[in-house]
Amino acid sequence: MVHLQPTVLVEDLDHWYGSGANRRRVLQGVELAIAPGEVVLLTGPSGCGKTTLLTLIGALRQVQQGSVRVLGQELFHSSRAERQQLRRGIGMIFQGHNLLRCLSAEQNVQMGADLLDGTSYRARRAMARDWLRAVGLEDHLHKLPGDLSGGQKQRVAIARALAARPRLLLADEPTAALDSRTGREVVDLLKGLARDQGCAVLMVTHDPRILDVADRLVRMEDGRLWADNPPRGVAG
Amino acid sequence: MSGFWQGRRIPLAWLLLTRQPARLAVALAGIAFAGILMFMQLGFRDGLFDASVTIHKLFNTDLVLLSPRTMSSIAMAGFPRRRLIQAMADPDVVGTTPVNWNLLLWRNPETRKTRSILALGFEPSDPLFTDPVIATRAAALSQQGRVLFDERSRPEFGPVASWFRQGRVVDTEVAGKRVRVAGLISLGPSFGADGNMITSRETFLRINPNTTRGSIELGLIRLRPGADAAKVAERLRGSLPNDVAIYTKQGFVEFEKNYWRSSTAIGFIFTLGAGMGFVVGCVIVYQILYSDVSDHLPEYATLMAMGYPLIRLLGVVAREGLLLSVLGYIPAWLAGQGLYALIRSGTKLPVAMELNRSVLVFVLILAMGLGSATLAMRKLADADPAEIF
Repeated sequence: MVHLQPTVLVEDLDHWYGSGANRRRVLQGVELAIAPGEVVLLTGPSGCGKTTLLTLIGALRQVQQGSVRVLGQELFHSSRAERQQLRRGIGMIFQGHNLLRCLSAEQNVQMGADLLDGTSYRARRAMARDWLRAVGLEDHLHKLPGDLSGGQKQRVAIARALAARPRLLLADEPTAALDSRTGREVVDLLKGLARDQGCAVLMVTHDPRILDVADRLVRMEDGRLWADNPPRGVAG
Repeated sequence: MSGFWQGRRIPLAWLLLTRQPARLAVALAGIAFAGILMFMQLGFRDGLFDASVTIHKLFNTDLVLLSPRTMSSIAMAGFPRRRLIQAMADPDVVGTTPVNWNLLLWRNPETRKTRSILALGFEPSDPLFTDPVIATRAAALSQQGRVLFDERSRPEFGPVASWFRQGRVVDTEVAGKRVRVAGLISLGPSFGADGNMITSRETFLRINPNTTRGSIELGLIRLRPGADAAKVAERLRGSLPNDVAIYTKQGFVEFEKNYWRSSTAIGFIFTLGAGMGFVVGCVIVYQILYSDVSDHLPEYATLMAMGYPLIRLLGVVAREGLLLSVLGYIPAWLAGQGLYALIRSGTKLPVAMELNRSVLVFVLILAMGLGSATLAMRKLADADPAEIF
């Protein structure tokens, strides 16, 4: 049943910032569908509304007008508690890695695994170790983020996002702080692991060297979306 | 959610605190300081009130007669001694002791300086204190001009105890009259009197020629075992004229404490001092927790973006406050113990780490930590997960 339903379905979405005379439209008539397991890259100039779209799909912001359905749940008129609950099913990877500085790599990943109900502390810790092994950091379990390189931190962030077993992964320029080779490695890793989990990915990026990982490219300009190549596998 | 093992989480509050040792040290020093201040002020306050009744607690008595004009141990008025004989008429009364009570000038035998000492006069054959050692030594008072000196009196009265133990004859003056120390007793200084001495009624009257014959300042009444002191006091109030006031022993102790509590600023001053400690502690803990939350705001926002509910993050801040309180209380308690030992040796005030006060200060520190945490939580409202992308 799940596979018949898109992971993300955005219809006729408008969004504004500010109020009164300063009210400014940032999204206009956005339509987007992402199928389970699909990797979609969103590109476009700065300030065109990419991040706003990401925060709306990520249930971090209240939808003002239009429809956003994520993992089968309508976000228009959603309550704070509903959005918080939904976010447990969405993995997020940030431009800055946003790891907790006071926790070791293992503990950071476990913060992701801790969101899963019905598992013991030991099981969650084992899960955290497995994920760190999957991103190639099995030798750095007990290091604090301050002792890790930029690429290693971003890998920990990926492990943390995936440890909560999300069905949708949102990434905002995950390679921005990395050199091109490390960036490439991180994105390949991300795509491989997401595919194994059957997890859909929506990634905002400026980096032209990683565009080929996408199943589909979407381009945004002035608050509108344009498909760069024909959509595939969505809605039949 | 089911089962404890599933509820176990990474101890985020603990890690937030311990991974910043400098900040933790400052916070703990602040809380410990506030705790020490509270222990000291409350200790002084209770110690002074307790010290005001050091001697009161030692009397061998069930009921006490005082003059209604007596306000406290430093201003004792006289009443007719025959009231005690009248009290003997009550079937429950088995014995009485008339006591003369006055503050007199004692001359330090070494420096020749004088200082006010509490002098009690009684018939040496009558029971006065519960301590049986004193009763034995009181036999020496039957000779005129002899006194028993309280070896726990403050050192300003002179090295009387050590001289006496060396076997020296200690002669000095009390209110200008020559007396000889015939022995040592152990009572302890009180708030109103830095030292004590007891003597026979005869010697007392010789030192105090102005004392009205037949007038005493304190009457001790001992009751038959099993008698109800409150009931007897009630009966005596009916039968005795109103030139005496009748107290139970506990009432006598409370009467004295009440004087110091209500007629002096001691209670107010020290309670205020403890309050200051509380406020200082609150400010420090709040500052620490507030800056801690501010510094970690992006991390809290990240956790919210991951789907952690706000209540869990509030719980982290509350736990930080709780941990700080408990960790800060331990050094405060230990330092309090040391401080009390210092006060005891320096001032001879009976100050000890009482359970009541330990609990009170712990509750105050806990309120400090949790109150500050609650205020610092408001900062968490600024953590907007939408802003971190």
